[in-house]
Amino acid sequence: MITYLTRRLLLLIPVFVAVSVVIFLILHLIPGDPLDNLLRVGSSPEKRAEMSARYGLDRPLVVQYGIWLGNLLQGDLGTSIASRRPVASLIGQALPHSLLLGALALAFSTLAGVALGVAAAIWRDRWADRLIMGGVLLGSTLPSFWMGLLFILAFSVQLGWFPVSGARGWESLVLPVLTIGLGGTALVARVARVAMIDAAERDFVLLLHAKGMPPGRIRLNHVLRHAMIPVVTILSLRIGWILGGAVTVEYVFARPGLGTTLIKALSQHDYPVVQACLLMLAMAVMLGTLLGDVVQALMDPRVRREAA
Amino acid sequence: MLLSVEDLSVHIGVINPLSDLSFGVDRGQILGLVGESGSGKSLTAMAVMGLLPLIGGRISAGRILFDGTDLAKLPEAALRGYRGRRIALVTQNPMTALDPVVRVGRQVDVMGRMHLGLSADEARRRTIELLTRLRIPEAQAVCEAYPHQLSGGMKQRIVIAIALAGEPDLIVADEPTTALDVTVQAQIIHLLGELVRDRGLGMLLITHDMGVVAQVCDQVAVLYAGRLAESRPAEALFEHPLHPYTSALIGCIPRDGMAPGSLHGIAGAVPSVARYPAGCRFHPRCPRAGEICARQTPELTELTGAGRLACHFPLEGTHG
Ligand SMILES: Nc1ncnc2c1ncn2[C@@H]1O[C@H](COP(=O)(O)OP(=O)(O)OP(=O)(O)O)[C@@H](O)[C@H]1O
Ligand SMILES: [Mg+2]
Repeated sequence: MITYLTRRLLLLIPVFVAVSVVIFLILHLIPGDPLDNLLRVGSSPEKRAEMSARYGLDRPLVVQYGIWLGNLLQGDLGTSIASRRPVASLIGQALPHSLLLGALALAFSTLAGVALGVAAAIWRDRWADRLIMGGVLLGSTLPSFWMGLLFILAFSVQLGWFPVSGARGWESLVLPVLTIGLGGTALVARVARVAMIDAAERDFVLLLHAKGMPPGRIRLNHVLRHAMIPVVTILSLRIGWILGGAVTVEYVFARPGLGTTLIKALSQHDYPVVQACLLMLAMAVMLGTLLGDVVQALMDPRVRREAA
Repeated sequence: MLLSVEDLSVHIGVINPLSDLSFGVDRGQILGLVGESGSGKSLTAMAVMGLLPLIGGRISAGRILFDGTDLAKLPEAALRGYRGRRIALVTQNPMTALDPVVRVGRQVDVMGRMHLGLSADEARRRTIELLTRLRIPEAQAVCEAYPHQLSGGMKQRIVIAIALAGEPDLIVADEPTTALDVTVQAQIIHLLGELVRDRGLGMLLITHDMGVVAQVCDQVAVLYAGRLAESRPAEALFEHPLHPYTSALIGCIPRDGMAPGSLHGIAGAVPSVARYPAGCRFHPRCPRAGEICARQTPELTELTGAGRLACHFPLEGTHG
């Protein structure tokens, strides 16, 4: 298990380098000069050159990348062009909000999805199954920002149960978590249902029945355990997707966080901030996938052997 | 009689893959249930274990008397008291019979804990004892292994250990050696034979391999297309088979390199349930078939010696 983990962590290094190059290049190749936002209209070319030198924009790209990466590894993410504050502190403020939202949404999708999927599998082809799977289909077809707006209208504006926006107290988390989590719930429920049905038909389940084990115990200790393996796979593949959802949903609910920071920075051509946000998202995806793989290796000894 | 199956019929939905099956197993005895692939052997095992509902089947007629109780009439909850505790199953494919994510030892321990009320430590001690007696080297280490770390023969020993751990009276072994290679097959078969004699268990040994039957069985029941063809003491049956199908089976005891489940020497294969022929189901493949065989199902009759036979033209007519 230790060797497995070390290997997986080492593998992340080249991925990290590749991702950092891509993020750096995208930002420098897209149109729009960040200096336009800093300089008053009609500033002199000298002033522009001075600003350019200050932010290192006059150097060759390779050098700029080298400097950026070097600073990055020392924890220095640069200075925001728009607010002149260190990017690290901006991210430091935004990240906890996004992590909390993402983690809650992930937990919600997992728990609700598994519960629904298992229930549907137990009552397979009966009305409970049809009802759950119908709801799941509906949930997976609606885009999350649209659902977010719908929730705001229904629960905040009409019923006044939850705040419309902001990040004060747990109440402000309910609607964003639901909005992000419902799509994931639908996905997890579908995967869990199929996985439960598949697992229940495996050969070893017959022997468990033959051992005289009560069906409830077989389902809980053996079938569910096997069914969780594909669920974890799908969750680790979808962590990026959940984070992507968090970006738009934060914006819809006007919550502080990485998504709001990113969108604001994009509109201001504040590329050090954009770079940092993208980097954080990419790292979250990489670590999320790693986490998923580790959980899977913990659950399934055969994975440990193949990977060792 | 420990187990006595009488006129057993099985339905899966509307299809009727097994009819009028009768046989008995005594303590300290092995009954071999033989037949080609698709003849209904596994369904018989499922019926005796009370597991037919798992595959959507049910017992539609007949009795399964185990130690005086008719299992066919017992509700599921009561049947569970028999499964694993008094009747144990050894399944065909040891590769897939064990839960791949649970350590082997725990899969054996659970029997002692569940059925004999042992503590975790006591159960483990018994497991190690059992594995050692099944000639598994380094039983302690094997307990900590996962199934994929063991060989096929070793896994089948674990499955047998699970079967023995509940201290059952009857073991139903459904092709326990088919998935193993030949040398391991012989070991496992001898192990099973030893267990039956030493412990006074009864065993229903399902196989399509007449060679295996010849090695260890006391009684033989030959199944063809969901019906009993012939059921007699092993010695007599091998000496003088009465049913032409039995004779064909004996005539082609599989040797190396033969596809398992196939019957060389007789053309054709067991018809599918939907296409069972009228009359004697074996008649399209039978060298002795006469006109009556296509019309009339031969009755299962008691033989004067011992056993039963269903054939219009048995090989030694005098026995009829
Ligand atoms: N779940 C099921 N649904 C429908 N038909 C079934 C089912 N299980 C078995 N059958 C049919 O019942 C017949 C007997 O099957 P069974 O599995 O008992 O054969 P078998 O003698 O064990 O064969 P094998 O040597 O291949 O294991 C076959 O024709 C099979 O197609
Ligand atoms: Mg079978």
